[in-house]
Amino acid sequence: MDNAQTPRTLPRFSATFDPHTLAEIRRAAATGIYDIRGGGTKRALPHFDDLLFLGASVSRYPLEGYREKCATDVWLGTRFAKKPIHLKTPVTIAGMSFGALSAQAKEALGRGATIAGTSTTTGDGGMTPEERGQSQTLVYQYLPSRYGMNPDDIRKADAIEVVIGQGAKPGGGGMLLGQKISDRVAAMRTLPKGIDQRSACRHPDWTGPDDLEIKIEELREITDWEKPIYVKVGATRPYYDVALAVKSGADVVVLDGMQGGTAATQDVFIEHVGIPILAAIRPAVQALQDLGMHRKVQLIVSGGIRNGADVAKALALGADAVAIGTAALVALGDNDPRWAADYAALGTEAGAYDDWHEGRDPAGITTQDPDLASRLDPVAAGRRLANYLAVLTLEAQTIARACGKSHLHNLEPEDLVALTIEAAAMARVPLAGTSWIPGQQF
Amino acid sequence: MPAVDLAVMTKRDLNAALHALPADTNETHWTVANPEGAHAIAAGVDAPITVEIEGHAGYYCAGMNQRATVIVHGNAGVGVAENMMSGRVHVKGDASQAAGATAHGGLLVIDGNASARCGISMKGIDIVVKGSIGPMSAFMAQAGNLVVLGDAGEALGDSLYEARLFVRGAVKSLGADCIEKDMRPEHVAILDRLLADAGVAGVSAREFRRYGSARGLYNFHVDNASAY
Repeated sequence: MDNAQTPRTLPRFSATFDPHTLAEIRRAAATGIYDIRGGGTKRALPHFDDLLFLGASVSRYPLEGYREKCATDVWLGTRFAKKPIHLKTPVTIAGMSFGALSAQAKEALGRGATIAGTSTTTGDGGMTPEERGQSQTLVYQYLPSRYGMNPDDIRKADAIEVVIGQGAKPGGGGMLLGQKISDRVAAMRTLPKGIDQRSACRHPDWTGPDDLEIKIEELREITDWEKPIYVKVGATRPYYDVALAVKSGADVVVLDGMQGGTAATQDVFIEHVGIPILAAIRPAVQALQDLGMHRKVQLIVSGGIRNGADVAKALALGADAVAIGTAALVALGDNDPRWAADYAALGTEAGAYDDWHEGRDPAGITTQDPDLASRLDPVAAGRRLANYLAVLTLEAQTIARACGKSHLHNLEPEDLVALTIEAAAMARVPLAGTSWIPGQQF
Repeated sequence: MPAVDLAVMTKRDLNAALHALPADTNETHWTVANPEGAHAIAAGVDAPITVEIEGHAGYYCAGMNQRATVIVHGNAGVGVAENMMSGRVHVKGDASQAAGATAHGGLLVIDGNASARCGISMKGIDIVVKGSIGPMSAFMAQAGNLVVLGDAGEALGDSLYEARLFVRGAVKSLGADCIEKDMRPEHVAILDRLLADAGVAGVSAREFRRYGSARGLYNFHVDNASAY
């Protein structure tokens, strides 16, 4: 037989040692250091796309799309706070720090949230005047590092969020590398300029739920019991974490799945610690229900919320509100193809850029470089965020009306089915076309 | 001179009254009887007043204090004067863990001993402990001065930033990146001032050793990985 005609074995890449894995091994061998990046998990996970709404039918009446009211408002902090928060939409902006983000980006988040009638949140690094000034409703994060923690700012805040962890890195502290520790960031954090800042992963003056209860009491005393106090946890053991947050006196629990972003963390941490938000909501709601606190202690969920369907699904599973971080940054202009040439110069491309810790963001969002930061117009970016928030709300309303609900909070698990066995088990709704909820006894 | 009895008045009402004081108040000296270890006594005060607590205080006494002088005639629980911004807190007895944690300013004086993590993450406060301090004190301390007339426990100043640590007695061990440094004239001057402010007499600044950050861990380098 002619050799030229002999069928040849094609080069075959290993599924285990795929090209990305091989490149990471070579990079680790060359540098001796793990990969640090921003954002959330990039792997495919069971998510809201694995759920579908059933919509109305003979047994359910829909609401008229443009005529019949479908309310979207939400109250947060009704358990103990004298001044609970009332938002027009259940889509809030998650905590992101000045330091990780430019002052312009923080201002834009405040502007967009304010137009939409929702809240935005500070981050590890304190409250900036730009952010407070442009945010009608501002949640002040109380983090282990306590960078910039100031009772005057606590009194200016509309709520306090005690951060135990976040979905991208449950059990890990913050990280802000020297490139982003500008004079202003350093001064706000009482740190030397240019150091690689590693935030603590545990709070310095309390440990465990019994101490947390006393810490929350102190924060309430300082603020004369006016402000809602949130407790934010990364999704790991949501049933117990939510139960303990309730026991500790939280008004609101924020539950962040592993799709939630971070400014900078080890890739291995982002991809291998924590659970997807889809798997976390029902155990969290179960804890609230078992304690008789569902809808009394509000639940905000986050991690991978992208559209109004995700919002509606999160609420149908029992959440009171959602928070967005990554999607909000994209609405501002993060990873925009208009900066394609700049991304290419950094060795990446629009849509994949995640070296937020390096502070060279072409979109001017995850940077402290004055020239890059000036690329972002806070007014225009705020408008884009407001538009996006409006679309999320309208989309969620569209689905809710189709399910016959006059308020987004009337969505319920019964409105949902799952496309996969995994999603059915995690969301505790039946596999589509069956009455089977894996793990549930009948 | 308001005299509050916490056996009669609630802590909530006490703190609310302290927070509501007008700028020109004549009620500048308060006494608090029967504290019985209540938490967050005189937390969040922002007024140039004096509050004397006639007994033991629980967690977070004088937390986030601004401008006030708070005196505890007894022991103080976890996190006394945590995140204090200014003013003065004086514990006549011993203090529990995390005394002066994350505080940005003011002076904390502890006549007795302080437990673990004294001055953890401190950001500008001055702390004078007349007794000894427990392990992991000044962990990640960023700024300010910690003065200890007695001894210090294990891992003093671990992952320290720019805080200055002065210890008169023995240090059981130093934490990662914390080293002994020369006591220069400016440090003696700082110490003399703090000892005077804390009412310490008959002790010379020359009796102390100074510890600070080696600054070796300020920027990550793989060769330092074993130190983390």
